[in-house]
Amino acid sequence: MAEIIQEEKAGGKKKAKKHAPHIDMTPMVDLMCLLITFFMLTTAFSKAKIMEINLPEKIKDQNVEPPKISASRTLNIVLGPNNKLYYYPGSVKPEDFNSLPPLQETDYSATGIRTLLLERNRALFKKIDDFKNQVVTGKIVMVQDSVQKSISKLKTDDDTGPIVLIKAYKKATYGNFVDILDEMNICGIARYTFVDIAWYEEKMVETAAGIAPTTTPAKK
Amino acid sequence: MPKIKLPTKSPHIDMTPMVDLFSVVLTFLMLTTTMRQPEPAPVDTPSSISEKPTPDFNTMTLLLSKDNKVYLNFDNGPDTLLAFRPKILAEMGKRYNIEFTEAELTEFKKYPSSIGVPILKMKEFLDTKDNKQRLAIETGVPIDSTDNQLADWIYCTRTVNPNIQACIKGDAKTGFEVVKRVLDIMADKNVFKFNLITTLEAAKINLAEIQK
Repeated sequence: MAEIIQEEKAGGKKKAKKHAPHIDMTPMVDLMCLLITFFMLTTAFSKAKIMEINLPEKIKDQNVEPPKISASRTLNIVLGPNNKLYYYPGSVKPEDFNSLPPLQETDYSATGIRTLLLERNRALFKKIDDFKNQVVTGKIVMVQDSVQKSISKLKTDDDTGPIVLIKAYKKATYGNFVDILDEMNICGIARYTFVDIAWYEEKMVETAAGIAPTTTPAKK
Repeated sequence: MPKIKLPTKSPHIDMTPMVDLFSVVLTFLMLTTTMRQPEPAPVDTPSSISEKPTPDFNTMTLLLSKDNKVYLNFDNGPDTLLAFRPKILAEMGKRYNIEFTEAELTEFKKYPSSIGVPILKMKEFLDTKDNKQRLAIETGVPIDSTDNQLADWIYCTRTVNPNIQACIKGDAKTGFEVVKRVLDIMADKNVFKFNLITTLEAAKINLAEIQK
């Protein structure tokens, strides 16, 4: 610094102004505003999440019988039209299509299907919940991966929870489908799968929803 | 009474802190950004509690729009040299006896979004640069049993990249009939494992309350 001042004196030049030269920053601010707006609008902040689902393999060989499941543990959930949801326990044989059991109606809310599923799946859900609590409070120390494994082990070992068969009436929506699968995950249902709807079940939905039948039942 | 004289010079505002702040925000956005992919049809994905992130590679995404059209998207694989997309298109061309030029394959490779074009119009789609024309051609991948191009796409994709996973991205209002049809086609091609793309939503359950 001292040198510079000396030089100035020597040259007899005008003294440099004391205060820093003022730069007009407005255009810079304008530009930055534009860029920020652009990035804000084009950015996808959260990455989309995925939910995995495994469908049962199609039985192409006529001689192979589908696996048998106990009727007392079976719960059938039928996705109806207009965001309606129906369920019935047990199983229905195609033979008794004249005396079909009535469908019970419920909804996708926490007080609807979730309560029902938790009611039936209480033992397993409690086990999973206790286990998670123990992990959170530090009673059991393990890494996240083995936590997931232990939970799926609990699910495989379970033999009290319901076996849920999900069926969809053709007027249902994709949102309904995801909702019900999500509900299965929330309630920790160990065994659920998505199966094709049978014609008598379509009929049951049509009776319950009060809509005119659209298909003629295949007479046996 | 003398008036108070206001200074005629406009007051000077120091913008430096503002510029500093903007720089920080801008840097943050530039570093964290993942560009939102433009989709041919607006899709509102349903929400779920799943916290698994979408895989970056080896995915085949089926976009099911509200008006029951099916669009397809693949990625180029973990290494851009693998270039799965043009290979899939070439494979598809072989099946339908369509010869795609080098320029068309490159265009397909670079195309950032899902494509829902019948294969016979694919050439036209790739040659035109006009977005409006493209939109008019995009009528969805045919899934009828008479003209099941989706099945062929799946077959070609799996021959080119056997590790591919199927993702389904549907609008919450998409009718189930088309979903069922797509699932059936996939099942025919021995694809039984799906990833449903959803948005995250928190759900709380109070066990004690339910047990009352």
